[in-house]
Amino acid sequence: MKLTLKIWRQGGEFGKGKFETYQMNNANEHMSFLEMLDVLNDQLISEKKTPVAFEHDCREGICGTCSMVINGQPHGPLKGTTTCQLHMRHFKDGDTIVIEPFRAQAFPVIRDLVVDRSAFDRIIQAGGYISVSTGQAQDANAIPIEKDVAARAFDAAACIGCGACVAACPNASAMLFTSAKVTHLAMLPQGQVESHKRVKAMVAQMDEEGFGMCSNYGACEAECPKEISVSNIALLNREYLNANLSRTDF
Amino acid sequence: MANILNGKVPPGSISDKWVQYKSTMNLVAPNNKRNIEVIVVGTGLAGASAAASLGELGYKVKCFTFHDSPRRAHSIAAQGGINAAKNYRNDGDSVHRLFYDTIKGGDYRSREANVHRLAEVSVNIIDQAVAQGVPFAREYGGLLDNRSFGGVQVSRTFYARGQTGQQLLIGAYQALSRQISLGSVEMYNRHEMLDLVIVDGKARGIIARNLINGKLERFAAHAVVVATGGYGNVFYLSTNAMNSNVTAAWKTVKRGALMANPSFTQIHPTCIPVSGDYQSKLTLMSESLRNDGRVWVPKKLEDAKAIREGRKKANDIAEEDRDYFLERRYPAFGNLVPRDVASRAAKTECDKGHGVSPTGLAVFMDFASAIHRYGKSKAHNQGMHNPDEATIVKLGEEVIAEKYGNLFDIYNKITGDNPYKTPMKIYPAVHYTMGGVWVDYNLETNIPGLFVIGEANFSDHGANRLGASALMQGLADGYFVLPYTIGQFLANDIRTPKIDPNQPAFDAAEENVRKQIEHFLSVKGSQSVESFHRRLGRIIWDYCGMSRSEEGLKKARKMLRELREEFYRDVYVPGSNNEYNPELEKAIRVADFFELGEVMIVDALHRNESCGGHFREEYQTEEGEALRNDADYAFVAAWEYKGWDQDPVLHVEPLHFEAVELKTRSYK
Ligand SMILES: Cc1cc2nc3c(=O)[nH]c(=O)nc-3n(C[C@H](O)[C@H](O)[C@H](O)COP(=O)(O)OP(=O)(O)OC[C@H]3O[C@@H](n4cnc5c(N)ncnc54)[C@H](O)[C@@H]3O)c2cc1C
Ligand code: SF4
Ligand code: FES
Repeated sequence: MKLTLKIWRQGGEFGKGKFETYQMNNANEHMSFLEMLDVLNDQLISEKKTPVAFEHDCREGICGTCSMVINGQPHGPLKGTTTCQLHMRHFKDGDTIVIEPFRAQAFPVIRDLVVDRSAFDRIIQAGGYISVSTGQAQDANAIPIEKDVAARAFDAAACIGCGACVAACPNASAMLFTSAKVTHLAMLPQGQVESHKRVKAMVAQMDEEGFGMCSNYGACEAECPKEISVSNIALLNREYLNANLSRTDF
Repeated sequence: MANILNGKVPPGSISDKWVQYKSTMNLVAPNNKRNIEVIVVGTGLAGASAAASLGELGYKVKCFTFHDSPRRAHSIAAQGGINAAKNYRNDGDSVHRLFYDTIKGGDYRSREANVHRLAEVSVNIIDQAVAQGVPFAREYGGLLDNRSFGGVQVSRTFYARGQTGQQLLIGAYQALSRQISLGSVEMYNRHEMLDLVIVDGKARGIIARNLINGKLERFAAHAVVVATGGYGNVFYLSTNAMNSNVTAAWKTVKRGALMANPSFTQIHPTCIPVSGDYQSKLTLMSESLRNDGRVWVPKKLEDAKAIREGRKKANDIAEEDRDYFLERRYPAFGNLVPRDVASRAAKTECDKGHGVSPTGLAVFMDFASAIHRYGKSKAHNQGMHNPDEATIVKLGEEVIAEKYGNLFDIYNKITGDNPYKTPMKIYPAVHYTMGGVWVDYNLETNIPGLFVIGEANFSDHGANRLGASALMQGLADGYFVLPYTIGQFLANDIRTPKIDPNQPAFDAAEENVRKQIEHFLSVKGSQSVESFHRRLGRIIWDYCGMSRSEEGLKKARKMLRELREEFYRDVYVPGSNNEYNPELEKAIRVADFFELGEVMIVDALHRNESCGGHFREEYQTEEGEALRNDADYAFVAAWEYKGWDQDPVLHVEPLHFEAVELKTRSYK
């Protein structure tokens, strides 16, 4: 396969950032997208040029590290798929592919395609947990949880914290990410005690980080590699409303 | 005889030891804890759970990861599940049985007392995880569900779809996040530990490189905990995450810690086979699939050839022409034999010419019978009495999708084949490293104040790890063992003031790191780091992988030494130190893989027996099973590193078996 790659370069000799064009002549359809970039980097290194910086780790679609916008779509064209799980068989010989970093005010670019997503960690630190210390737990089967409820919690907990929802959103909102954690914990009896406090703190942190408002475009769900549902956002809104109405939580 | 190591196992009967010991341990009073600092390197299951628990206890914790967030640690990728002796199935499980299975599974090369403790605390892990909100799989009655894993005959594995590691790590990450927000843990993302600092014989700090700007930073503490995972990537191709590496652990070895049983590496039987030389990593298909997948190859060599050449498909081979070789060779355990046994059996079939992929290195894993069985039972449950074939298959596929949906999707994405309709092709791949830094019962190394937990230590799995027990060990170490045992050391340090990072030991360590970095940037050779890593991995895989021989190992050692020399002479690392520079990070890691690789070879050469994942061709039975030598090798081999120009020095910890009898491992 022959490809033309237009890749965003930033930092080092590329300063504030610009697109560079590279020709790639030895891709093949069995490669993953990141393996294709590995081959490009090998090529650049052999020409003593600076390889393209991109982040990745598990290459199995679970760690949430890989992050890039491919032809305008975070994680590329395949639904429910991270960049690392995208294979070149979904592209054609002769294609031009445009590759950019996730763009959002709250995700500053570190280098080329690498961005800083630590804002997500701070949202979790604000309240995305259940306050139980080691050793305090009762027997695991003491509280039965309905299978469907556990499954609903799981669906939300499957978020990999990649940030594609933010990159996809015209407002760069982090609502899908935040609501996934709120839902995961609110669904479970263990998580209900702190649910009001949690939702308020997490939403406040989200605003502080400079993420935008949610105006229900739904682009987040469409691009989410784990197909996290926007119904979580509705649940967050309900929780938030209840929290603000609740009188137990001054 | 070599130097003898003391595992510091406390007295008492095997089942009371831990409880008794715990109640007599030194404690650190809360007001003193506030003044004691602990460094935890790594935020996988082991590191995150340890950092959170130490923070909860009141210590001042500094926690490090080279990732951009603690949640990215490689533990996130674990699929299948976590064991615990809950006996919720009432199928005869118990702490003793989990202990026994783990000792036997490890081919009698682990320390009894540690393994028993692991089995004891396993039950607390599940309680803790559920309390944190980990959404384990449940049954219709709302109680927790279980599945079976290889090497055992009970159902004790808890799971969260095919993403158990993810859910457990998120639980630990959230506990850690809570401590970060409370101020008891200070988190340093994108910081890579590159040296250990020892002051007056005790571990007192680390040198870390800030990966954004390349600055070398010093961190001091009263004790250092290393939880940096396994070294499977020494093979280059493995199921480990791309960035997993041995550097932190290896740096401690270079400072005097011991590397125990480094040649005990696990080759996992069910991975997606290698497809091309651009390949960057291998993908695991969870062992849980062997609950329902039947492994086979064509009986006839000509059928296998036809499949390799694309003239026939799996489904064209008649039932009587299939060899379900695990069921044939090991009737008692069938497809659920332990990993080392299953991997070697697959290799044997492929070596004989029965392999089914174009490279000849793959066997089938087939779900057709399971789909059929589940389909019938589901139809029955729904009140259908004479369902037609299509309905049975449809219902059966639904059950399979519920159990393994995400694994089937991964397989489909990578290979382009649909595993519901055609059997998966699988082949063994490097997966886990049982070997690691030597630690005593307290999880402390021979360097006082240096603790190593999780996959990075050698402690619990002997020569072969059973499925679903790495997650168990990581969390046992971090939540329930280290937070106690570290007190044994720290209780003597309550009068030690804050450790000052501006002292000669830190200067020297920092200088050591700087020199290495400067070297790599100055070589300006012609070959990429990646290309060296690939070649190194190939040597280790070919000669120190699924089977080893004296001749091969000797040859490999020579090849490795030559390659390393070439690496130092001709590697090309672009860019500079004071910037985000992934190639530089890799160069430092690959340098350590070279040194570790040689010690693995030395270890494999020295161990004149076959046990678990270590299969020496010279030591096998007539039927090709591993031949262990308990008279001469029932010990842990822990290597002291003396530098590149000297042979490593052997220390041994004899293994005493009191609670279980040393027996030939049989799964027949
Ligand atoms: C694909 C796959 C599936 C698996 N499935 C299962 C399963 O179903 N059940 C099971 O029991 N086990 C499973 N395992 C094994 C298990 O996942 C691992 O053994 C376990 O998660 C290791 O945890 P850990 O905390 O020791 O290390 P890791 O999770 O590897 O964490 C290492 C941490 O150390 C940090 N680190 C490393 N070096 C440095 C450094 N120099 N400086 C700073 N930070 C550093 C990393 O950033 C990371 O945070 C699986 C493994 C793989 C590869
Ligand atoms: S909600 Fe989806 S897109 Fe957003 S961080 Fe989670 S997994 Fe990524
Ligand atoms: S590299 Fe882990 S999700 Fe893509």
